[in-house]
Amino acid sequence: MGLETKIGEVLPDVLTTRLDSLVNWARKSSIWPATFGLACCAIEMMAMTDARNDVARFGAEVFRASPRQADVMIVAGRVSIKMAPVLRRIYDQMPEPKWVISMGVCASAGGVFNNYAIVQGVDKVVPVDVFVPGCPPRPEGLIWAIMKLQEKIEREKVFTEESAA
Amino acid sequence: MADETEIKSSTPRYADASLVQARFAGNIEEITEALGEVTVVAKREGLVELMTFLRDEPSLRFNYLSDIGGLDLGEFATPRFAVAYQLYSIEHNHRLRVKVFVEEDDAVLPTMWGVWKTSNWLEREIFDMFGVSFDGHPDLRRILMPADYEGHPLRKDFPIKGY
Repeated sequence: MGLETKIGEVLPDVLTTRLDSLVNWARKSSIWPATFGLACCAIEMMAMTDARNDVARFGAEVFRASPRQADVMIVAGRVSIKMAPVLRRIYDQMPEPKWVISMGVCASAGGVFNNYAIVQGVDKVVPVDVFVPGCPPRPEGLIWAIMKLQEKIEREKVFTEESAA
Repeated sequence: MADETEIKSSTPRYADASLVQARFAGNIEEITEALGEVTVVAKREGLVELMTFLRDEPSLRFNYLSDIGGLDLGEFATPRFAVAYQLYSIEHNHRLRVKVFVEEDDAVLPTMWGVWKTSNWLEREIFDMFGVSFDGHPDLRRILMPADYEGHPLRKDFPIKGY
């Protein structure tokens, strides 16, 4: 029944799927983070990649030294007002499509650093896809954020009417 | 040999400031001692000469300016600000604190850059945090906060989260 069955009879090596699903599957399976750590959260971010937690299971273990090769920026720690333009520049250097995870309460809302020097939430500087609570979040928490991001990527429309036109 | 060599305690002590008192009586408000810490409260006038003397006098030899601290006594206090120089002598292993009060509408001090080069960045920090400026400083810019930042964060009337 249907086109898939017919093709399967004629060309048994061909798999049919929706283009959105295929592209999103490829994207969500290799979310490469930018190497960008700001504070103690970065230690837990590194621990996320170790043998025990092994974020390689989700395809996000390849920390790229260049933002031009990165897909996700994990804002791991407090963002000072002086650091905010630097962070924004790194974000701007990342090619589309790109995502941002705000790791920990400092990056998300200032945390205990409720003072004159710290940006009270990194969403004032870059658009954030997933916020991770914790001080710092455990590596499992960050992996949860990556899985949430994967779910989000799965729902994305790759080809819109605008892009087709 | 052992009895000829003076064995110094490793814990720094505060220096005897009586020599300064005698020599710079006109430039000094008072000399206080609390918990073994000696503070020379100096006037702004003649501060560079006083500091140069503290650095060069063989029995004092404060060759290291370890820190400069700022103090805001509140917006209703006169004088409002104080700047405290923490001196240390590597040779004698002793310390001294020199404190200078300045008024809010005339918050200027002479720079110590000619005496200790390290005062360059320390004075920039005081300027950044308290708005006390330093006359003759070679490069008086903010050092911690961004260049376009408004206000001086460690002043008492500064809101804790910034403007």
